[in-house]
Amino acid sequence: MPDPPVPLLTLRGIGKSFLGVRVLDGVDLDVAPGEVHAVVGENGAGKSTLMKIVSGGHAPDAGTVEVAGARQAFRGPRDAQRAGIGIIHQEFNLLPERTVAENVHLGHEPVRRGLVDRRAMRERTRELLASIGETELAADTRVGRLGVAQQQVVEIAKALALDARLLIMDEPTAALADHEVELLYGLVRRLQQRGIGLLYVSHRLTEVFDLSDRITVLKDGRRVTTVATADTCTDDLVRHMVGRELSSYYPDRAGPDEPGPVRLTVRGAGNRKLRAVDLDLRAGEVLGVGGLQGSGRSALARALFGVSPFTTGDVTLDGRPVRLRSPRTAMRAGIAYVTEDRKGEGIVPRQSVLDNALLAGRAVFPARSGHAARARRVRDLLAAVEVRAAGDDQEIRFLSGGNQQKVVLARWLALDPRVLLFDEPTRGIDVGAKSAIHDLVRRLARDGAAVLMISSDLPELLGMSDRIVVMRDGRIAGELPAGATEEDVVALAVGHTPQSRTEIDR
Amino acid sequence: MPTVARRALSPIRLRVRPGGVLPILALLAVLLVLVGLRQPDFLDPPSLMSFLGRSAPVILLAAGQYFVIVSGEFDLSVGSLVTAQVVVAARLIDSDPARTWPVVLLLLVFGALVGLVNGLVTTRLRVPSFITTLGMFLILVGAVYLWSDGAPKGGLSEEFRRFGRRASEDVPLLGRVPYALLVLVVVAALAVLLMRSDFGRTLVAVGDNPRTAQLSGVRVWRTRTVAFVLSGLAAAVAAILLGGYSGVSFQAGAGLEFGAITAVVLGGVALGGGRGSVVGAMLGALTLELLFALMNFYGVSGALRSTVQGAIILLAVAVSATRSSSR
Repeated sequence: MPDPPVPLLTLRGIGKSFLGVRVLDGVDLDVAPGEVHAVVGENGAGKSTLMKIVSGGHAPDAGTVEVAGARQAFRGPRDAQRAGIGIIHQEFNLLPERTVAENVHLGHEPVRRGLVDRRAMRERTRELLASIGETELAADTRVGRLGVAQQQVVEIAKALALDARLLIMDEPTAALADHEVELLYGLVRRLQQRGIGLLYVSHRLTEVFDLSDRITVLKDGRRVTTVATADTCTDDLVRHMVGRELSSYYPDRAGPDEPGPVRLTVRGAGNRKLRAVDLDLRAGEVLGVGGLQGSGRSALARALFGVSPFTTGDVTLDGRPVRLRSPRTAMRAGIAYVTEDRKGEGIVPRQSVLDNALLAGRAVFPARSGHAARARRVRDLLAAVEVRAAGDDQEIRFLSGGNQQKVVLARWLALDPRVLLFDEPTRGIDVGAKSAIHDLVRRLARDGAAVLMISSDLPELLGMSDRIVVMRDGRIAGELPAGATEEDVVALAVGHTPQSRTEIDR
Repeated sequence: MPTVARRALSPIRLRVRPGGVLPILALLAVLLVLVGLRQPDFLDPPSLMSFLGRSAPVILLAAGQYFVIVSGEFDLSVGSLVTAQVVVAARLIDSDPARTWPVVLLLLVFGALVGLVNGLVTTRLRVPSFITTLGMFLILVGAVYLWSDGAPKGGLSEEFRRFGRRASEDVPLLGRVPYALLVLVVVAALAVLLMRSDFGRTLVAVGDNPRTAQLSGVRVWRTRTVAFVLSGLAAAVAAILLGGYSGVSFQAGAGLEFGAITAVVLGGVALGGGRGSVVGAMLGALTLELLFALMNFYGVSGALRSTVQGAIILLAVAVSATRSSSR
């Protein structure tokens, strides 16, 4: 399509670092009026940071933001709103007890003689909704009574009420049911006809191809390419999203005879976030779990650990059926879980290293061989995983992320678990500690534990796993053997099977 | 105030850690010196022993409050619980010595039960403990008035009052040691042991980060409920001592909950939980009592007590908040 003279939004050379980590580097991007510009990339490619910069949530370290040709320096989301940029987050910002009209005009209610002019508010809301073809939605309905799709419409109307010319939609279909997605498509097209530009962030390539005019691919904080949607295909896109050097070394995988008998089986299991999950986990193997954020990877680990238990299906452990109703029952069954949110739910920050390492044992298993013996054992484990701290009595919050993680590992190793669930075990950890944790994970498998490891870090997932299952939309989308490529994983994760490969059946 | 003490001690960095007892010990020492300068005979064993005996109930309540606060909650009901216990004891004993021990037992059960209700309402019904225990406070006040028709009835037996007002005579070196002090020593030792046990460490962990505790297999609700029960039990013991010492009135426990909270905060325990020791909390109570004694010696009006308590709470919390945010 021909480029219109003045784009709605122009980004030039945008860069951003957090604590010395480069998250965005020299990103260029522009959106024309009436254009849907999709932004795609793996987890951690920098999409959310870029959207936050456009919507005034972060200030860029480098580069410029121009809206309709005028250079902008947003000091906060309000500045961005004033410049005509609206953002529709995955999580809605609506007041459930207020009406549609009240939500749409929140913070800028029409006023007559010092009082809120309710009639004008309703009238304007009605016009606004009609202008985007939403005549069904009544302006005086309480928002809490609306479905997700309708709430999304309210969010959009709210942005339009502030004269937004550019709308950012962050994974707009993530919360929608299949039939609601069609409605969103219609809405997006009507917004386009009004000349509104859309920045459309999504993991789902089908949508991206259905809706967008152009696509920008981000990888590791850089723009890989921007292409007209008509000139590309999903294969190309997936190839752009992945493809990176395997930069670090991983411990040897399990040999052919190492994986032992099946330790954990899951059959037809599901809950609010998971559907029909079938899974076998063998003693002695590391099973990698890939997939995008929100695909159900963490939900699977949390179900197996009894945090948000399965509501349907069966789980057996060493051939015996188990019901994993709570972390305690899971721990008693021999399951351990290392959470991805180390700070929020992995450590007790102001307690000592030793108290942190003893926490799980103290809570669930009375010290049969005496308290002193247990403490000695845990001290040995802390030494074995090479925790660097000023002493056992140092508060854990003063340790580096890697050392904190080692303490958490020691906590679980003290229980001699038969099944270990790792959720992003090396997230936010420096390189040295990372490979120490990789070695440890492999050693545990070698000693006969069954290991399930979730990772968004594709090289890690591929380098560590003896087998990989990839999740999508709460299901297991497919399984890959050791030696699979990043492309294979991403293709399964976004729901696209490359023609050149046949899916591996187990 | 604690800041001053910390400054003065900062060269000795090694053991001054947040939540430790060194700051409160230093403050206590400063106050002791000031008291000694003004009223040297206060530090003689007889008057010191009787001061400790008088302070025992508040120190016990501080220990009880500590369990609740370190687990991340509050107990505002202990003051009215003490009042209720004293009034109930007087009416049930009705000056009949034979009923002393059954009633003592009953008071302990009553205290534990109130704590259990506080704990279950807070953890299972998810009512914030501030509201739960405030409600319990009001319920107990009303119930006691209703039950005694507006004026305390009956009377305590001499056997009952013995715990609060009598002493073990002729102890070598110390002379007269009040029974209340003996009770305190025993309870304090139990509290210290409890905090070193698995339960104690788990309790602090729950206050520090309940999510982590839960994912490590801790039954957070149960742990917190036990803390409320311990606070109720502490209130029962405090009531037995107070009833003996100062007799029966509707004012027996008035304001004690705030005294206990002030003491706990002064002792270096973080509001919101997760930090501080039970020894610190008890030393905080002792320091607070000593401060009041000092104010008395210097002729400062007793009416200022609550003002001083309020100032201490605000100051201590502000100091710990600015310190932890600067890290």
